[in-house]
Amino acid sequence: MQSSLSRQYIFSRVLLYGAAILLALWTLAPLYLVALAAFSTKQATFQWPKPLLPTDFSTDTMEFFVNTKGVLSSVGNSVIVALVTIVASLVLGAPGGYALARFRFRGKDAISLGLLISKMFPTAILSIPLAVAFMQMDLYDTIWGVALVHTAMALPFVIIVTSGIFVGVPRDLEEAAQTLGCNRIQAFLRVVLPLALPGLAAAAIFTFVISWNEVFAATILTLRNRTLPAQVLSSLNDSPLYYRYAGGFFMIIPALIFIFLIRRYLLNLWGNIVR
Amino acid sequence: MAGIRFRSIRKVFGKTIAANDVSLEIKDGEFMVLLGPSGCGKTTLLRCLAGLEHVDGGRVFIGERDVTDLAPRDRKIAMVFQSYAVFPHLTVFDNIAFGLKMQGRPRDEIKRRVEEGAALLELSDFLKRYPAQLSGGQRQRVAVARAIVMQAAVLLMDEPLSNLDALLRLQMRAELKRLHQEIKATTIYVTHDQVEALSLGDRIAVMQNGRIVQCDAPMSIYDYPANKFVGGFIGTPPMNFLPGVVRASDGKTTAVVGESHIAPSAALASTLSAKNGQPILLGIRPENLTLAPTQQANTIRARVLVVEPLGSHKLLTMQVGAEISKVSVAPDQRVAPKDDVWLHFDPDKIRWMDAATGDAISSMV
Repeated sequence: MQSSLSRQYIFSRVLLYGAAILLALWTLAPLYLVALAAFSTKQATFQWPKPLLPTDFSTDTMEFFVNTKGVLSSVGNSVIVALVTIVASLVLGAPGGYALARFRFRGKDAISLGLLISKMFPTAILSIPLAVAFMQMDLYDTIWGVALVHTAMALPFVIIVTSGIFVGVPRDLEEAAQTLGCNRIQAFLRVVLPLALPGLAAAAIFTFVISWNEVFAATILTLRNRTLPAQVLSSLNDSPLYYRYAGGFFMIIPALIFIFLIRRYLLNLWGNIVR
Repeated sequence: MAGIRFRSIRKVFGKTIAANDVSLEIKDGEFMVLLGPSGCGKTTLLRCLAGLEHVDGGRVFIGERDVTDLAPRDRKIAMVFQSYAVFPHLTVFDNIAFGLKMQGRPRDEIKRRVEEGAALLELSDFLKRYPAQLSGGQRQRVAVARAIVMQAAVLLMDEPLSNLDALLRLQMRAELKRLHQEIKATTIYVTHDQVEALSLGDRIAVMQNGRIVQCDAPMSIYDYPANKFVGGFIGTPPMNFLPGVVRASDGKTTAVVGESHIAPSAALASTLSAKNGQPILLGIRPENLTLAPTQQANTIRARVLVVEPLGSHKLLTMQVGAEISKVSVAPDQRVAPKDDVWLHFDPDKIRWMDAATGDAISSMV
């Protein structure tokens, strides 16, 4: 009896771990192959059968990619756009999140729902009329235009997430600060903000990744001042295979690093700040 | 230090009237307890005093100042919250120093006052720790220290002991009383625990449904409750209430309870005679009932249901007519369940209540 019980237990564990490993492979295998190709010589990408181990390690391909005309400047553009997006969406969105968290007002539920629904709107449909509008406003082909669109895309997300973060900071703490000599703003800056910071940082990094990876609006709204995804997309059809591998790898890296760093804070994103 | 005055305070939340035209005066240096069941409005009143709620009507005075329209920071108060509200991102030292830092005091003064406050609450060893590294009781002491170093005119406490375990609560109760004797601040203390109220308060304001039902010294409330609610709320176990009918004849006034007659004290006889024929409630505390071996004057037949030996006394649950009453007797009293006994009422200790309104009938009207 006991041995069959433990066999059953072992079987279910094997199944569980097997499924987990498969899931991990599903995500990691393509990453590994891309990374492998990005760090092999140009010839290695044309080999068949594909080597699964880095036999031919070289930084040739990456160098080629990085030194291609336009790549480095587009990286700079991407960084600027992402940073502007973070600042704008936090400055505009965090107060909104605070209001949703702390105050009761008419239409509160409608606003929250409205924010979520607005995310459902496909960017593809939005981009072309937006391009027309930007041309009229002299914002076309500027990184500020792209940053504006990215901020609009990130804002609902930031508002809802920061509202969850602020809900996780007990109202008591603000009231205690008020009885100890703070007005509302001082109470916010000295008590709420420090406690919300991990969550806000996670929201900021998430926004960075969204902006960095955003390709559609960036491609349509820029011509010469491209962001990195737009740059890669526009030159994808004319580029050799190894360029694509290198480009792909280069674009994945920031997202990978950031998600690795904020893994721990992802829980806090939904308002679970440990007291 | 300052006195406090609530003048016709009214506070409404949606459809609920949390504070219904409440007026109260608190003397300078007094320890006033706001006591009542959940939802009676005591916390609302405290928060109106703190400035954390806007009153819908009435004025609040601290000392001579009308503070009704002032923000909490301008009222010179200090508050201890039920959840302690200790700042998790600051050390114990910085927590206690928070209010002083907001006032812009010089560094050495802050250091001195924080260390004094910490010593008073036995926190001197924990100044460098963070709240997450402290126990609940220690965090509560941090909250209290943070409030008292402010040396505010008024100290407000919102059920500070309710989140502690029983033993710690006992200790901290004595600590708070000692603290008040040392710092002598005007203190408003909100609680639903009547033992805390009796122990700590110079005066207790018993609240029900947004109104103050009785405000008096603890023993006065204990001995002379204003109505059935107060009598039943204060004291463990609560006051017994037995229904009866007033019978006044031949110049003698008694209350008929079941088959027995209970005579009031001489002082109340004349007031009661005016209620001839009306139903009445006899309120009597468990410790003021005694067991008599035979029928005497002022006794009622009763049957013992349950005997609880509680160490310092025995608590009896009795069937008196259709009512269940509690009687407290000496620990060596010989009594067993199913015993039929006679309960003796001390006429001076009976609190007569109007059966219809529940209000106490007193000779001073």
